[in-house]
Amino acid sequence: MDIVGVGSLSIAGLTAFFTGAVLALQTSNTLASFGAVGYTGQLVSVSLVRELGPVLTAVVIAGRVGSGITSELGSMLISDQINAMRALGTDPIKKLVAPRIIAGTTMVPILTVVSDLIGIMGGFFVASFFLGISPSLYLTSAYDRLNYNDLVQGLAKPPIFGFLIAAVGCYFGLNTTGGTEGVGRATTQSVVTAMILIFISNFFITRILLTIL
Amino acid sequence: MDNSNQISSPVIELKNVYKYYDDTAVLKNVSFTVGRGETKIILGGSGSGKSTILKIIVGLEKVDEGEVWVEGENITSYAEAPLMKIRKQIGMVFQEGALFDSLSVGDNVGYRLYEQGILNDDELLKIIKQTLGFVDMEDALEKMPSELSGGMRRRTAIARALVGTPDIMLYDEPTAGLDPITAGTIVELIIKLRDVEQVSSIFVTHRLNDAYRLARERLIQKDGQLTYEIKSPDNNRINTRFIMLKSGEIIFEGTDDSLKQNRDSYIQKFFS
Repeated sequence: MDIVGVGSLSIAGLTAFFTGAVLALQTSNTLASFGAVGYTGQLVSVSLVRELGPVLTAVVIAGRVGSGITSELGSMLISDQINAMRALGTDPIKKLVAPRIIAGTTMVPILTVVSDLIGIMGGFFVASFFLGISPSLYLTSAYDRLNYNDLVQGLAKPPIFGFLIAAVGCYFGLNTTGGTEGVGRATTQSVVTAMILIFISNFFITRILLTIL
Repeated sequence: MDNSNQISSPVIELKNVYKYYDDTAVLKNVSFTVGRGETKIILGGSGSGKSTILKIIVGLEKVDEGEVWVEGENITSYAEAPLMKIRKQIGMVFQEGALFDSLSVGDNVGYRLYEQGILNDDELLKIIKQTLGFVDMEDALEKMPSELSGGMRRRTAIARALVGTPDIMLYDEPTAGLDPITAGTIVELIIKLRDVEQVSSIFVTHRLNDAYRLARERLIQKDGQLTYEIKSPDNNRINTRFIMLKSGEIIFEGTDDSLKQNRDSYIQKFFS
């Protein structure tokens, strides 16, 4: 949990901060043409909470943690450590897979919430220092316009993404073949597969949530 | 110390075992037994199926045909859960040691007991130190595997396999890649386990020198001290026999002397 959560905080936070900042920069011009620059905060917060926060955080975690899981388990497999574990009477699924899936499923949502807040702060920084938007206007717009649906959408996706990242990482790690070269190949496949699954599942989760909410 | 008369019902028995990877047979009609207190040395070139036999006995691989018996139980089609009970009676030393990189030597050695969770920390530490003492590694308790030499890694792996006092030890090329002196200390350790602890074992190797030392030396009590004694015509009772594998088939089974006298060209290549 420490490695997945605390270890990924800096990269997830950095990604979110600059995503929020660039969102504010890009959208303010368009909003200004409608005289709606005051809505920058709302646009940044809704975009981040509903979509960008969960997806970008998951993609970052897939790159950082998913790859780590695959390479670690793959290395353990090719060096017979997994077999040694079984020979010593331990079930590798319980010992290695279950904790990683629990960590992924619990820490990705927490990281997403933190990333959302940091991203909104990134937008706040740009809005205040570069766009001349009043800080209180930005914050009020960002906070007041977030509704129940936004929060449900933003919080429903990360546990699924976290599960997918950990499960895919473990699957490719424990099915590594071909020595050290195989570990590299499995790691690449794991990250690519996790990212594809994140994007595809994001579409379907969004579709389902929009239908039921 | 003399264990020649201790062979009773076999602790390990393979009956007409076949194993295939894809469509290639790696074991063909392999049958042999290991008696209680006996050591079987499996010789053979790379890819002859030596390591596969050990993995089958410990349940890491399943056979495609035939039967595997361990301690009187037919484990051929056992699932993971019942295999765990069998594995408690078996210590396996993997090639290169297969130590857990993220755990210290002490944690590696105590892994089996730690996972069972039946001992407190003090009891656990006592057993770990005792076992490390057996392999002369007491000072390495806190070291990480990456800090160990090849020989130390193998000795740690032997210590890890020994914890829980298994009745059966399986050694997968424990001396491969080691210098002759370090390999000698590993072989002495295996002789010690065979002759002092009466452990039944299978020693897989392609190094004839180590195999012959194991078959020709024994540890005896002399003037209150343990001494290694070389086999002589008067003392021909070391409970160790050879199996030679060639492309997954057993082409020889017998004593060290009969192996040396065998005229098979493949076997003779091992002596050249």
